[in-house]
Amino acid sequence: MSASYETAPEVNFAYLDERTKRMIRRSILKAIAIPGYQVPFGSREMPLPYGWGTGGIQVTASVIGPEDMLKVIDQGSDDTVNAVNIRRFFERTAGVNTTTRTHEATLIQTRHRIPEKPLVEGQIIVYQVPVPEPMQRLEPREAETRTLHGLAEYGLMHVKLYEDIARYGHIATTYDYPVMVNHRYIMSPSPNPKFDNPKMHMNPALQLFGAGREKRIYAVPPYTSVESLAFEDHPFEIQKWPVACTQCGATDSFLDEIITDDSGSRMHVCSDSDYCQTRQDEQSSVAT
Amino acid sequence: MSQSDQSLPLLRVQSLVKSYGDRVAIHEASFDLWPGEVMAVVGESGSGKSSLLNVIAARTQPDAGQVEYLNHNGQLENIYTMTQAQQRLLSRTEWGFVHQNAADGLRMDVSAGANVCERLMGLGERHYGRLRQTAEHWLHRVEIDISRMDDTPRTFSGGMRQRLQIARNLVTQPRLVFMDEPTSGLDVSVQARVLDLLRQLTRKMQLAVVIVTHDLAVARLLADRMMVMQHGRIVESGLTDQVLDDPQHPYTQLLVSSVLQP
Amino acid sequence: MLQMKQVSKRFTLHHQHGTELNVLQNVTLTLSAGECLVLDGPSGMGKSTLLKLAYANYSATSGLIEVSQANNQLLELTRATPRELIQMRRETMGYVSQFLRVIPRVSALDVVAEPLIEEVTDQLHAIDDAREKARTWLTRLRIPERLWGLPPATFSGGEQQRINIARNLIKPRPILLLDEPTASLDAANTKTVIDIIQEAVSRGAAVMGIFHDTQVGQAVATRHIDVAQFRFAAKDAA
Repeated sequence: MSASYETAPEVNFAYLDERTKRMIRRSILKAIAIPGYQVPFGSREMPLPYGWGTGGIQVTASVIGPEDMLKVIDQGSDDTVNAVNIRRFFERTAGVNTTTRTHEATLIQTRHRIPEKPLVEGQIIVYQVPVPEPMQRLEPREAETRTLHGLAEYGLMHVKLYEDIARYGHIATTYDYPVMVNHRYIMSPSPNPKFDNPKMHMNPALQLFGAGREKRIYAVPPYTSVESLAFEDHPFEIQKWPVACTQCGATDSFLDEIITDDSGSRMHVCSDSDYCQTRQDEQSSVAT
Repeated sequence: MSQSDQSLPLLRVQSLVKSYGDRVAIHEASFDLWPGEVMAVVGESGSGKSSLLNVIAARTQPDAGQVEYLNHNGQLENIYTMTQAQQRLLSRTEWGFVHQNAADGLRMDVSAGANVCERLMGLGERHYGRLRQTAEHWLHRVEIDISRMDDTPRTFSGGMRQRLQIARNLVTQPRLVFMDEPTSGLDVSVQARVLDLLRQLTRKMQLAVVIVTHDLAVARLLADRMMVMQHGRIVESGLTDQVLDDPQHPYTQLLVSSVLQP
Repeated sequence: MLQMKQVSKRFTLHHQHGTELNVLQNVTLTLSAGECLVLDGPSGMGKSTLLKLAYANYSATSGLIEVSQANNQLLELTRATPRELIQMRRETMGYVSQFLRVIPRVSALDVVAEPLIEEVTDQLHAIDDAREKARTWLTRLRIPERLWGLPPATFSGGEQQRINIARNLIKPRPILLLDEPTASLDAANTKTVIDIIQEAVSRGAAVMGIFHDTQVGQAVATRHIDVAQFRFAAKDAA
């Protein structure tokens, strides 16, 4: 898909003014220098409400250049309303080329999934984050959580996992599962399913996280250790499905469950639309 | 001066002064506390006893004077020259603090078991099964039914909450525990149980305790020695039964004679 | 074992217009191992006060009180720290007061066993031994078994007194102070207590006591002292 819009003349490249971009880039650099540490930044008013990805958009807007190829996904799909709108936003304000193919993209903005196809060096993935503080529900006082992070006092985080096991018999957190970054900071991996946690570990791409309402940016530089928290006798496990994707037959991807009729029939389909489509294309080209 | 031994005290407090604006809350307080000693600080409201406790527990900085704690190397270390990280670690391992209101010393929305084990998790214990066993052991010791282990303290009575707070503090086998009116907020019938528990545990675990109380009966029951404070000054101190049965200072005499005997 | 040198005791009642009560003056006495010193004199003469000074329950206004402790170290009570006094009481000096201070919730058995349990803290079999000894004492002092598991708060005066005695004798200490130990006891129990005191003396304890019943005093005493000689006589003040 190539750019078919002219950038609106009264808007700066990628919407944000250059000074704001500089401020955000400084925060990003700081975040990269301290993997997993939440850097406060001056979050701007964006033309969409909080909760719709304003943080992710600001990060993308600060790192995007005219030569970038942008992919935007939401729940793994390029076709949802949010993904479509955000992609169109950047087409209009930055005039960049966009794609749905993971391997073609240089910059990927995502909400709720990491693409199945492994990323490579030189790619940047930007995550939209609603609540950057992993301990927020247990300790709502920010002054206290900042101190806990500063002193690496993370007993409380394990309390959360303990509570899950006590209540459900297993760690019930299936998304936004806390991780330890670079053996130092505990981070919320944004509401990705825990299925995606292993992808963050030693990833060749640069991973950036933006929370617009909470005004925080954090980062995981390439090839950084990201370990999911667990107990010795309750190790971290990713979700598994007993079935394969009905469209492409994949058994190693995150599957969405879709109810197909009123009697409750369901089918499982890859959440990552690009991954699924690519596999289907390969299978049909093999068949012919 | 001690006649018999040359060892160092667990806590050495010297010439503490603390003011809040014009009001002097503590005038030059000094004392030594030895391992296994239970000391009561007694006084009425405004005596400075709570301020004193907060200063020696590293919760408020004094305006003058020093507080030294005997560390693992056998040296007296000034607690106010320690880093914040060191102070916090001390508070979670070798020290305990039992608040008057249990809700101030507990996580009210977290299960009783997790409340007990949080310190251990903070120290790196990562085995769920072992954590659970430890929680069971301690709930049993403070006489909380194990079936309540997964309930939050919001569902507990005042006495149960206080006993849970005690367990939470003692799980790391602290050497020094600070208590601020631990039974004052409880019904009288409930106090006896908590006090008895405190008495047994402090003896069994050889804890050094500084307990602030306005209740002389609590001092007599729990403390080996006591200090009486009035208007920020320590007016009398010594062996508990001696201070209560043979009070020298006029204020002490007034306090002792004012206590109603049912 | 115990020496009092020119000890005096004065109470100043600050809230009764600074009234001073001079209870004892110039007390000098020595208590040795293997003797039972009985303090004589009418009530109000300061006999209890003397015992309490020896136990450091009261602090002397002047003079010295020296105790030869179980570990052979000499402790001077007027200058001792609370820690030292507690240690002294634990190892060296027992005191049967007139009233048992009742701790809620602790059973009679454990009240008696406590001095032994305190020493061992956590070894279970040693705690069982301590309780077994406590049972022996309770039996000897004729406390009915049905009472052993109950806290002594509701016991009669005589029963409480016997608990107090058992508690102080279960762990033999070099010095034993007794304040009217048979005041509420019947003849049989009084006889038992006399036997107990005589046993203590023969094992070498230094015993000092006040007995309201002169016959009991006669039965146990190896020596008498009239406390009246230590009363501060106003006309002798110079």
